[in-house]
This record gives sequence, structure tokens and C-alpha cells, in this order.
Amino acid sequence: MFGSIDPQLLLASLMVAATPIMLAAIGELVVERAGVLNLGVEGMMITGSVIGFIAAIKTGNPWIGFAAAALGGAALSLLFGVLTQFLLSNQVATGLALTLFGLGLAALLGQGYLGVKAPVFPDWHIPLLGDIPIIGPIVFQHDPMVYLGLGIVAGVWWFLKKSRAGLVLRAVGENHEAAHALGYNVIRVRMLAIMFGGACAGLGGAYLSIVRVPTYAAGLTAEMGWIALAIVVFAGWKPGRLLLGAYLFGGVTALQLNLQAAGLSLLDVLTIVALVAAVVVVSVGFIQNRAFTAKMLWWAASLCIAAAFFSFYKWLGWVFNETLWLSSSPYIATIFVLVIMSSGGAPGSLGKSFHASR
Amino acid sequence: MIILEKRPQPSQFWSYGAPIVAVFVTMIFGAALFAALGQPPIEALSKIFWEPLFGEFSFFYLPQLLIKGAPLVAIALGLSLGFKAGIWNIGAEGQYIIGALCGAAVGLAFYPMEARWLVLPAMLIAGALGGFAWAMIPGILRVKFNTNEILVSLMLVYVAEQLLAAMALGAMKNPEGMGFPGSRNLSQYGSASSWIDQGNGMHWGVVIALIAVIFAYILFARHILGFQIKLAGQAPRAAAFSGVSPARLVLFCLGVSGALAGIAGLTEVSGPAGVVSIDFNVGYGFTAIIVAFLGRLHPVGILMAGALMALTYIGGDVAQSSLGLPKAAIQVFQGTLLFSLLGIDVLTNYRVRIKRGAVA
Repeated sequence: MFGSIDPQLLLASLMVAATPIMLAAIGELVVERAGVLNLGVEGMMITGSVIGFIAAIKTGNPWIGFAAAALGGAALSLLFGVLTQFLLSNQVATGLALTLFGLGLAALLGQGYLGVKAPVFPDWHIPLLGDIPIIGPIVFQHDPMVYLGLGIVAGVWWFLKKSRAGLVLRAVGENHEAAHALGYNVIRVRMLAIMFGGACAGLGGAYLSIVRVPTYAAGLTAEMGWIALAIVVFAGWKPGRLLLGAYLFGGVTALQLNLQAAGLSLLDVLTIVALVAAVVVVSVGFIQNRAFTAKMLWWAASLCIAAAFFSFYKWLGWVFNETLWLSSSPYIATIFVLVIMSSGGAPGSLGKSFHASR
Repeated sequence: MIILEKRPQPSQFWSYGAPIVAVFVTMIFGAALFAALGQPPIEALSKIFWEPLFGEFSFFYLPQLLIKGAPLVAIALGLSLGFKAGIWNIGAEGQYIIGALCGAAVGLAFYPMEARWLVLPAMLIAGALGGFAWAMIPGILRVKFNTNEILVSLMLVYVAEQLLAAMALGAMKNPEGMGFPGSRNLSQYGSASSWIDQGNGMHWGVVIALIAVIFAYILFARHILGFQIKLAGQAPRAAAFSGVSPARLVLFCLGVSGALAGIAGLTEVSGPAGVVSIDFNVGYGFTAIIVAFLGRLHPVGILMAGALMALTYIGGDVAQSSLGLPKAAIQVFQGTLLFSLLGIDVLTNYRVRIKRGAVA
């Protein structure tokens, strides 16, 4: 059925494909939990990818590249921070400006580097764990940034859930007036969060140019910054679910590339995915509720209808542009996810400017 | 200690002055940027802002001002409706592409019939409907599922780009094109061409953009809907109490901006661009966001901002060919313009006060 696709390699490449989105998304999650909506992720990411790449080439050391990318992303986010926090500009507009500016800046900086190869960033073969059959190559034989990304997600989870500073940050994001009244410095907390977000976006971008691609090309981030924003919504502003979202999207990306290479029919895959999803919905729902609820049966039924539709369409043999649907799949998947997951849970002060009057 | 004090009323002076100051700040930044790139700063600035208007070849560049300005103004006008109401359509580029594709499909279907009275209007309607429909996707999702319209409209840009590539290489490919990608040349097909006077840069997109400016002006100055849009943006609760339906407003703002972007795309593809090719779109949908803000979301302001932004495109081309200034430098320049405007805008709503001593 799966032809030339090796599931083990697919799962391994999923972890790599998910890392840049995960890094950018976890940074934005912290920013949004502090009540700031920074739509400039894409701009910071692509600037980070260029700065990191140039630094890695100049020094020959990928680690310095990553550090430079984090600094570059943070510096760019500082611009956003000053405008939105001190000059009280509209966050949506300023974020868009940051993306437009970052795209231009990256194109300008990267001019002489098109097609240049990045220095090798070797994979870690973690002793013992990496030798476990099947699981070892999937999970424990990647480059250090994959684990650093996971570490950052875990750290953010601990910070938001367990630490006092995380509580302050959440308070600032939920209700900045109240946090201000309690004596917390709203602007300072937000500036720090914004810079953390910028550094993470920069790291994510550099991961693309140094490890994933690993050459410099124009438009290298391919809208991953925007997908990262969608993942934060998908995650309901929770780090754990963010991890799941990033891996789902990494899976879609990895699968899309593999399908294109293997020449499998997308309609067949969609049929299977819909059927598997239906089974998962029913079984997970049953385990959680100990009963079949109407809502989950409705979902399973619609998924089965979708599966029937896909196979029927294939059977009819109508025109179906495989390349078109495959290459737009990450974007369509993002829209689907946003529709399903737009249940709310956003921080109360998200996107609002704070001005301590009087 | 410097503090900001909210003004009881937005300052009239700064609401007009901020864009002008922003342009000057951007010019200073631009001069520094060009100097850093090893270009003579003053000369580069004069190439961008002076040469196209008053230089030796201005007869060639001035029509370009209409060609590049019209789509920017049309799209930005549509966007300004939503931006005023807090509805963020940032996928105008996608609506522009889909409008162009739908309109071009109608035009190509009629080929080679000679009936300008029928073909061009049909294309315009198809273009408007195409853009409208594409904008309705985020609109309906927002209304029905409370989905974030920023991300959905943006994601649809990339879907539209993939669709454009599929069309230019597939269904719409010129059968007499000797295998080259791209459709038949619509601007050379008399009944479908949007040109009115090619030598002077006049095409139907320019006319429609100007009509749209007038309509938008009337909408905001005289019509209740314009007032409701402003109200929904500034005081959503008050708007809800006064009976403004948020859902209707979302669909209206997105629909109008989609239709305008669609028309802009169609008139571009059947005029200045000529063919449906993979890269006929050059990002007007994104630049229009800058135009909308630079024009202070006001129809007449947008007209002027569109002209200025068109000038930076043309001047950028001039500087690129004569000084070798990289294209990306103009993009940075445009981004900076939006940044400085947003930054200086603080003076419209706040007063800067210098306070001595500690503040409790």
C-alpha cells in the first residue's frame, strides 16, 4: 500500500520537519500568553534564517549561526516591542509591517548567499537510546536542535505552569489592568516576552537554512511563520498541545514531500486518513466518555462520508490535479485546523494596547 | 521622565501631519540604508522620487504611475473598510489572483469573439465575483465558526498562488504558445483588453479605482453603513447595542474588499500584465496594506498614498536599472514607511509630557 514510503524514515523526517514550526510557535505562544499578538513571526523567522546562515558561513560554526539568528530575531522583535508597547501602535498593523520589513531585509541581506551550502551540522547519535531498534532511528538520532526545541517547549510548559514568573506573565496576558494594579510592570513583562518570541522565531528560521534545507534560498520559510501562528490557536495557548500541533504539521509536510516523491495517489491517502480519523475519533471518544456521544458519532459519520467521497471521485476518474492539491495541502490543513479549533481560550488581553493612565 | 497623556480628541494636526513626517523619516532612513549599501544616498533618493516625475523620461514613467497606482488604490480602499471595523483581511493578494483567474477564464472562453460590449463587462463581473467568493471563505468561516480571518485569508493567498500556477501551466495555457507557460495575451484580444488608452496608462482599472474612491468617500461621509463600520471599530459594544450586526459587517467588509481586489486583478491581467502567468502578481495585495494605513484609512488619503507607493515602485525600478540598487531595498523602504507611520501615529492620540520627579 505505501509503496516506496518507508514509515520509519517518514516518522524520523517528521521530527525534523516539525522543529522549525515548533520553535517559532512556542515563542509566539509565550508572547500571546503575555497578551501581545505579534503577526511578525514570518518576518523574524526569515531574517533569522539569513542572519544565522551568514554567521554560520562566516565562522564555519553552526552554533554561532543559531546564536546570531536568535539575537537577530530578538533585535527585530524589539522594534515591534518599542512600537506597540511604548508608542502604543496597533499590534496587528505593526506585526504585518514587521513581516513586510523582515521579508525585504532578508532578501537584501541574503543577496550574495543564494545557493551557498551551509556548514555541516552533524546529527547526534545518542548512545544506548539511539541503538534501540526502530525507535532509536526515529527519535534519538537527530541533530541537537531537535532536542533543544523539545527542551524549550518543556521549559515553557514548566515556566507557565509552575513558576511564579510564569504566573505573572499569565496575569499580564489575562488582564493587564489587574496585573498593573497589583504592581507588576506590564510593559517590562511584555517586552521580555516579545524578545523571547523573536529569539525563538529566529532560531526556527536558522534551523531551516542551516539544517533542514541546508542552503540559502529566497522565500525559504515558505509561510511557516504564519502556520506557527495558526498552531498557537490550534494549541489553545497550551504548550503540550502545541507540541502535538507542530508534529501534526510536520507530519503533513513530510508526508506531502514523500507522496510527491513516491507518486502515490492523494485521493487514496485521503480516503485512508479519513477512515483512520473516524476510528480514532470513535475510540478516543469512547475511552474518554465511556459512551458513544451524538457529537462524536456525527464526526465519525462525516469523516466516513468524506472517505466515500474521495474514493468515489477517484472511481469516477474525474480531473484531479495532484500537484496542486499536494502543494496547497499545508495551507488547507491550516484552515481546517483553525475551523475545528477556534473554540476560544485566548488570553483576555490579547492584542490590546496597555497604557497606564493617571 | 517622559510620559504619554491621552488626548481627549485625536489631534487634527497630527492626523494630517503624521503621514508627511513618516515619509520624511523614511527618507532619512532610506538615505542611511542606501549609504550602507554603498550608494550615493541623495542621488538614490532623487532617482526614486524625482526622476520618474520630472526627469528626462517622465513621459514614460507618468503613465506607469496610473498603472501601478490603480490596483493599489482599489485594493487599499476595500481593505480600509475592514481595517476601520477591526476586520483584518490580509489576503487581498489571493482575492486579486482569483479575480484575475475568473475574469480571464471568461475572456478566454469567449475568444475569439469580437464583442467588446459583452466580453469585457462579463470579465469584470466574473473578476469581481471571483474575488468576492474568495473573500467570502474567511468571511463565512469567521461568522459561522469564529475562525480567525487574518490567518485564513492569508493561507488562501498561497492556495490561490498554487491554483494560479496550475492554471497558467494547465487549463489556461495558450494552445498556440509553443509550449511556453502562460495564457493567450488578453491585452491583444480587442474585446477583452482593459486598455482605454495604452499610451497614457489609462485602463478600466484606473476608472474603477477612481469611482471606488468617490463611493467610499460618500459611504463614510454620508451613509449610515459607513458610520456603523467606524463605530464597530472604535466601540464594538456600543455598536452591538445600537443594533449593528457584526456578522453582516464582516461579510460586507470582506466582500467589498474581495470584489475590489478581484477587479484590480482582472484589469491588471487583461491590461498591463496581458497574460495569466505564474508570476503576474507582484504583491500589490500586500503593499496595499501599507497604502491603506498611509492613507489613514481615508479614501482621499488612500488615493494620495497609492500614488506615492506607486512612485516608490517606479522609482525603485529606475534606481535598480541606473544605480543597481537591489529590488529588496525598496521592499525594506516600504516596510520602514509603515513602521514610521505607526510609530509617529502615537502623537495623534497622545500628548507627550515631560514630568519631573518620581511618579506615584
